[in-house]
Amino acid sequence: MEHSNLKTLVDADNGMISREIFTSPAIYKRELESLFTRTWLFVGHESLIPNPGDFYLSRMGEESVILCRDRTGEVHVFLNSCTHRGMKVCRYDKGNAKVFTCPYHAWSFALDGSLQGIPHFDDLYDGVLDPDDWSLLEVDRMAVYKGTIWASWDKDAPNFETYLGDAKLHLDMTLDCRDGRSGGSEVIGVHRWKFPANWKFAAENFLGDSYHNHSHGSVDAIGIGPSARSGVKGRRDDEMRAAQHIWISFPEGHGVHSAIEHPDAEFIDSYLDQPEIGAYFRNCYEERRRRLGDEAQLIPFTGTIFPNTSYHGRQPRGLCAWHPHSSGETEGWRFFLVDTDAPTAVKDFLRHYYMRYSGPAGMTEQDDMENWLYASAASKGTIAKRLKLNYQQSMGAAKLNDPLPGLVATQMSEHMARGYYTRWRDYLEGRDWNQLLGVGDPRFSDGEPVTKAGRA
Amino acid sequence: MSAVSDFSDLIGRNLAEQPGYAALQSQLEAFYFLEADLLDNRRYRAWLELLADDLIYYMPMRANVPLAHDRSDEFTTVGEGIHWFENDKWTVIKRVEQIETGIHYAEEPLSRITHMISNVRIVDANPDLETAQQIAVTNRFLLYQNRIVDDTTTFVGRRHDRLRQNAGTGWQIHFREVIIEQGILQAKNITNFF
Repeated sequence: MEHSNLKTLVDADNGMISREIFTSPAIYKRELESLFTRTWLFVGHESLIPNPGDFYLSRMGEESVILCRDRTGEVHVFLNSCTHRGMKVCRYDKGNAKVFTCPYHAWSFALDGSLQGIPHFDDLYDGVLDPDDWSLLEVDRMAVYKGTIWASWDKDAPNFETYLGDAKLHLDMTLDCRDGRSGGSEVIGVHRWKFPANWKFAAENFLGDSYHNHSHGSVDAIGIGPSARSGVKGRRDDEMRAAQHIWISFPEGHGVHSAIEHPDAEFIDSYLDQPEIGAYFRNCYEERRRRLGDEAQLIPFTGTIFPNTSYHGRQPRGLCAWHPHSSGETEGWRFFLVDTDAPTAVKDFLRHYYMRYSGPAGMTEQDDMENWLYASAASKGTIAKRLKLNYQQSMGAAKLNDPLPGLVATQMSEHMARGYYTRWRDYLEGRDWNQLLGVGDPRFSDGEPVTKAGRA
Repeated sequence: MSAVSDFSDLIGRNLAEQPGYAALQSQLEAFYFLEADLLDNRRYRAWLELLADDLIYYMPMRANVPLAHDRSDEFTTVGEGIHWFENDKWTVIKRVEQIETGIHYAEEPLSRITHMISNVRIVDANPDLETAQQIAVTNRFLLYQNRIVDDTTTFVGRRHDRLRQNAGTGWQIHFREVIIEQGILQAKNITNFF
């Protein structure tokens, strides 16, 4: 695939993107080779492997990886493939182990990945094979950030916080305690399901596609939020009704939708269904204001950390990994978060809300799946592929670093998607890490260009 | 909660030779076939009448775990954490209301669904089979769903039900555990009722 071809597939300056990037097996193969081998990918959470010997199977791109904690408490991420003949050395989704023994020829690997057992070694391999050379393949880079675990197959990748850039502020609000203390979340469950859509439709949705609100008219009409039993409509409490919504694109390709409350804002009554739950969240809100001061005015909504990790910041609260299976299939993993030290009653209330909102049986997200399926399917046609998709919403409306770092719009906008696919193209073109971090991207020095674009 | 949800001691019981079993089983099958007809003909409001007000209706998630591990490792446990769903009666009513809005796009146009129910076994009856007021039942389902053009899903699994006899309403389900024979769900959505 030539660079010039990629250029025409993603025409961010004119707000047009080819449907091929959601359907082409050749482009998908390029994504696996050039993008998923380099970016930081979300692989799990420390609370899934609290004790030495604990493991949890995860994925990076299409491939199975083992997330585990060794005897000394150190976290590792390994490719789940025996170095002898390739068999998966672990086929249990989770558990506690002393070693991973391959079912095929019984090579066994310690929790630090080292090859510790080879049957009949003295007779068959002595003097030839050095076990130190045949450890499980460990990721080149691994970071534990506020409980979340991330990894990259690129030894030259920048450190994780550099990669996050200014999106860190927004991701933090998902990971930090509701009362403003840093970190402190735990995963209370993980949905894993496979759906027939290109993985980027899911990632793009969470960049801050607030325009798709229409899709969720059914739950908004009947009310399924934390105050629904008290007669409040909508799919969540309207915590942001008095806040200034902001949509931000970051140089690294991330995009978020957050909101800034007025300095004098007060807690908006929410969680009305159970007074003690409401009181708990009011207290968290006030405590966060006290602890963070003006910074507490910022509240999270959704975001995508490039390329395939998304979050919901408050109602509901969790992280998603959109694992690719093929150009037309994705495995969605949804990790549900609560504060570790939240009262049991609060955790119980939240899990019920999360389940009725999220995942394949979630009343809100069912409708997202339907959109992503048919958007993917309807982009395959010979005629359909002649048409580019339109990404022209709010072109030129975003301002640089005002009021927060990044390219910021104060109206609904698709500039996060334009930025996301610009970075996506850079990965597929094999650019260096400076360019992949957006260094030199004119959008972040001069602002987004405005062109009068016609139909492609 | 565990007493209601735990069928592990009931699974191996055989009450079939006891007096009253055949009559009660026949009654139960009629109940399940009615339930399937109501659901497959989209008579959701009538179906809701078969559910008790204190309903717990949930579908655990499953994981690949070693043979020696106990049930709580393989299945998520009702009342704790996250499942595919854990509904009370209010939530089931909300799901019906959502379909009735006509703008629930994952079910609009409506799916075409057939429930096949089989292997109905009564595994507990109180006070006894002949005068039963409370029963525990296991059964199998095969649910075929097709929508739009070729969007087709088949769910196959087991249900662990507890029903009670209420004066005036007949049998009502107050507990249903839906066990599906998949770990990673091979369906984009669960928009139907089991």
